Amino acid sequence: MNNIEIVQKGLKKRYAKERRFKAYGVFSIIISLSFLAFLLFDIALKAAPAFTQTYIKLDIDFSHKVLRINEKSSYTKDELFELPYHKLPSKSLYQLFPGIENRKQKKALRKLVSSGVRYNLRNMVIKNSKLIGTSKSIWVLADDDIDSLVKGLIDRNIPEADRRVKDFQIAWIDKLQLENRVESRFNINFFTSGDSREPEQAGILGALKGSLYTMLITLLLSFPIGVAAAVYLEEFAHKNNWLVDMIEVNINNLAAVPSIVFGILGLAVYINLFGVPRSAPLAGGLVLGLMTLPIIIITTRAAIKSVPPSIREAALGLGASKMQVIIHHVLPLSMPGILTGSIIGMAQALGETAPLLMIGMVAFVADIPQGFFDPSTVLPVQIYIWSDSPERSFIALTSAAIIMLLVFLFLMNLLAIILRKKFETRW
Amino acid sequence: MNNNKVELDQQLSETVGKPLINGTPKITCRDVNVFYNQDSQAIFDVNVDLAKNQILAMIGPSGCGKSTLLRCLNRMNDTIDGCSITGKISLDGEDIYSNDIDPVLLRAKVGMVFQKPNPFPKSIYDNVAYGPRLHGIATNNSELDDVVEESLIKAGLWKETKDRLNKPGTGLSGGQQQRLCIARTIAVRPDVILMDEPTSALDPIATATIEELMHELKSSYTIAVVTHSMQQAARISDRCSYFHLGRLVEVNDTNIVFTNPEHELTENYITGRFG
Repeated sequence: MNNIEIVQKGLKKRYAKERRFKAYGVFSIIISLSFLAFLLFDIALKAAPAFTQTYIKLDIDFSHKVLRINEKSSYTKDELFELPYHKLPSKSLYQLFPGIENRKQKKALRKLVSSGVRYNLRNMVIKNSKLIGTSKSIWVLADDDIDSLVKGLIDRNIPEADRRVKDFQIAWIDKLQLENRVESRFNINFFTSGDSREPEQAGILGALKGSLYTMLITLLLSFPIGVAAAVYLEEFAHKNNWLVDMIEVNINNLAAVPSIVFGILGLAVYINLFGVPRSAPLAGGLVLGLMTLPIIIITTRAAIKSVPPSIREAALGLGASKMQVIIHHVLPLSMPGILTGSIIGMAQALGETAPLLMIGMVAFVADIPQGFFDPSTVLPVQIYIWSDSPERSFIALTSAAIIMLLVFLFLMNLLAIILRKKFETRW
Repeated sequence: MNNNKVELDQQLSETVGKPLINGTPKITCRDVNVFYNQDSQAIFDVNVDLAKNQILAMIGPSGCGKSTLLRCLNRMNDTIDGCSITGKISLDGEDIYSNDIDPVLLRAKVGMVFQKPNPFPKSIYDNVAYGPRLHGIATNNSELDDVVEESLIKAGLWKETKDRLNKPGTGLSGGQQQRLCIARTIAVRPDVILMDEPTSALDPIATATIEELMHELKSSYTIAVVTHSMQQAARISDRCSYFHLGRLVEVNDTNIVFTNPEHELTENYITGRFG
């Protein structure tokens, strides 16, 4: 056998190996893509019911007698605030289904509509006091169990005792549906309200705003400090200095510290020492900013290091000062890398719940935060709270909140990509 | 081995030829020693003059310290941690390492062209305009346009690039990029141009263009060029210096160095017996 024959003999085996190697890669990609697709599909499927809500048309009688208020030309806000609005939907329902005397059944009838309806009606009346003394058909929110029934999520065939909706309630709803008094609408509530114990009243806006404010604080704290620290360490600090080496080691260690430790630190320093308001986006943002800082420093240093030295030399050779070299060349050239690193850090911070546990952001907050100092919660915490709630409709809300978190993340990434593109094409 | 070293030290102790010139030199180096991290010395007792409007070629085997000396002339070595220098380097009689001299100002007077073409990832125009903008040489846009045009004409790049000034400088060919770097250096209006193996990354045709350019530039600038090609040194330089192990072995008019070298080491190197 000569040389060529020996080589030829081995060739087939080599190519087979190569094909197998490629196949492993393709297989891995398919596996991970299918996991991802399954996950997204599952979430989307579960979330779908959360985006519509069932409404019931009631003929509401705003008469003075029902509201127990004397006829006047104008009312003060306080007067209107205190009226017995809870009677309005109940009365309307009793009229629709007359002859129900059983106390239990009466209660079940009242519970066809959401307990929050009284507040919606109150807001309507306060906004327009002319309603008093009139009668009007109004679409009101159905209770979450009724909502589930209408959406077909409750099986009518299982025994009544095991069902959250009783047979007579089903009969009422069927009757209402025949009279065209039941309608499914887009769940605008989900995007405009804060959290609530009633699933049909619960919305994501509070958590969304909380996350937004928190991320702003995180960005404002970690980005400038992180980039400045990285620039100093990379461009100005002397190499082979024990202090610099120690700082470097510590930054690398900090990046690996479990996030809950930052929460404890935040509690001790920000809240106990500096008196930052508990549960506020300011406290959360500061804690998460601290957590993100080492990630930004490390990635920024890597990005700065990857700027070719020839560019620095060229600028220095032309008489640029060190700062000009950094501002004109090093930072613009490393900006794509810096942005990528910052977004990775921010994305991690966005999904973090553990450090927030310590500073009181893992809590039921119904009000929508109006600023950096209001008590608030964030998206991952909202997901956690809802997933832990017993009502069936929270399952859909949990998935819908996950989608909102993913959308938030996607928008952040999009912003980073746009900025990166802008810096990359800046000739 | 030890004997060899002593012998070499003796051989190298004194620079032969004509390191110093009659008349007023542009740059003078006196007893220059350069150290990296204190313990390793890169340059030993170098004395040499650079004459105005002449090209001094610096040749020698790799690691002989020619690039190190070149980078001392505009204090580029300042940026290297642990690099220190003793002795005196003067530009027009002024010590460039004295405390009154700002390295930024010095580098505006002593420009540098590097081994690998290193245009900024910006447009051709912005590459050339960078220096003038930095130092405020041109006060308005039309003046800046003039400086850019003048520099590109001097670098022999105007014809090829005048219609594509807004295209990225990195999109040019290697030779064009190096001429762009020369134009960029000229735009600051330096007195001296230092070139560190400017053609080592280029093909022969681009090299010929750059060499021609150096000939033309000589009339307005003093040039020091480090090169690995002896032919290039012979072609372009007025004076030629030979470095060996951090010592300046021989300096003389180029034709003398190549036709009648005084030192044995120089002769060995240029005849190809060593190097």
